[in-house]
Amino acid sequence: MHELSIVMSIIDIATQQAKKANAEVVEEIELDIGELSGIEQNAFDFAWQQAVRDTILSHAQLIINKIPGQGLCLECNHRFPMHQLYDACPECGQYFISIQQGKELKVKSLVVT
Amino acid sequence: MCATCGCDSNGQVSIHEVNGHDHPHEHDHAHDHHHHDHHDHAHNKKVIDVEQDVLYQNNLLAQRNRGYFEAKNILALNLVSSPGSGKTTLLEKTLQDVKNDLSCYVIEGDQQTSNDADRIHATGTPVVQINTGKGCHLDAHMILHALQHMKPKENAVMFIENVGNLVCPAMFDLGETARVVIASVTEGDDKPLKYPDMFHSSHVCIINKMDLLPYVPFNVEAFIENAKKVNPSLEFIEVSAYKGDGLNNWYNWLKQKVQQTASV
Repeated sequence: MHELSIVMSIIDIATQQAKKANAEVVEEIELDIGELSGIEQNAFDFAWQQAVRDTILSHAQLIINKIPGQGLCLECNHRFPMHQLYDACPECGQYFISIQQGKELKVKSLVVT
Repeated sequence: MCATCGCDSNGQVSIHEVNGHDHPHEHDHAHDHHHHDHHDHAHNKKVIDVEQDVLYQNNLLAQRNRGYFEAKNILALNLVSSPGSGKTTLLEKTLQDVKNDLSCYVIEGDQQTSNDADRIHATGTPVVQINTGKGCHLDAHMILHALQHMKPKENAVMFIENVGNLVCPAMFDLGETARVVIASVTEGDDKPLKYPDMFHSSHVCIINKMDLLPYVPFNVEAFIENAKKVNPSLEFIEVSAYKGDGLNNWYNWLKQKVQQTASV
């Protein structure tokens, strides 16, 4: 359940940012979560519901941009959609892959009042 | 509560030296709560472009730990595995066998008890136990505090035994020089595919309990093949920590790493 620590870090970031902007309520929070980031969506949702209670995010609308995984084969330079860390290059079958996209885990923006 | 380490989290995380003087875990860095004097904010919607990595705070502290290790010429190893893979037995054996050649320190991470730290202490190695309470992993903030307690000397090896968990510790950089994943032949040989994040982020994989191989359906080749799908540059060392088989290969790897650290 590292998702709980992740949610707690998000609450910290949102609280700091909202305070800096002199805001009291976060109406909306937008996150980028990559397909290969190691976040289990169900666990994340569960942790979110519990953890945001009585915080600045308690009524915030949660928007999650799921960033698809993308690999670059280091053998043949082929780019392909990557869904698992053990996906082989569909062109040449090799596993020397550089992950180009999908490891994202960040707070993108907040809407505050 | 402090989300990164849970310092003031109703005493859930505790750090203490085993058989040393127990220092209460004091919080010497204030968590800033700004009180703005002017409350003239209009109730207008405002968009803040945050663009901040969620693990930013952990990664920042991890880099701080890494700098500390580098400056003191310390090889820091983050030992990760499922519960029961034999991490502590491997560590006990290693400390006994290399203590004349290398100066070692241990940070033990467990949810509860100081059982493991007591075992390490019995080898004569300085050890700090971190109890994470409900937490399922160590993070850079805990290591920072453990180092403050421990004050390791230069030119040493710091073994950090993470909480037995093949999932959560993968995401948290501690500032280690290398990550060592330990698997045992009593587990499934498809484990690297089931828990790819950990194998993806590790540098070397120790396959433990090799003495039990005749009694279990574990296929070493299949395991290595699976792990290499996730991480083609992963190195493998086959050992039996209990019987002592193959440990010399592990010690050679260790000494080679120590030399590399010294030559940087």
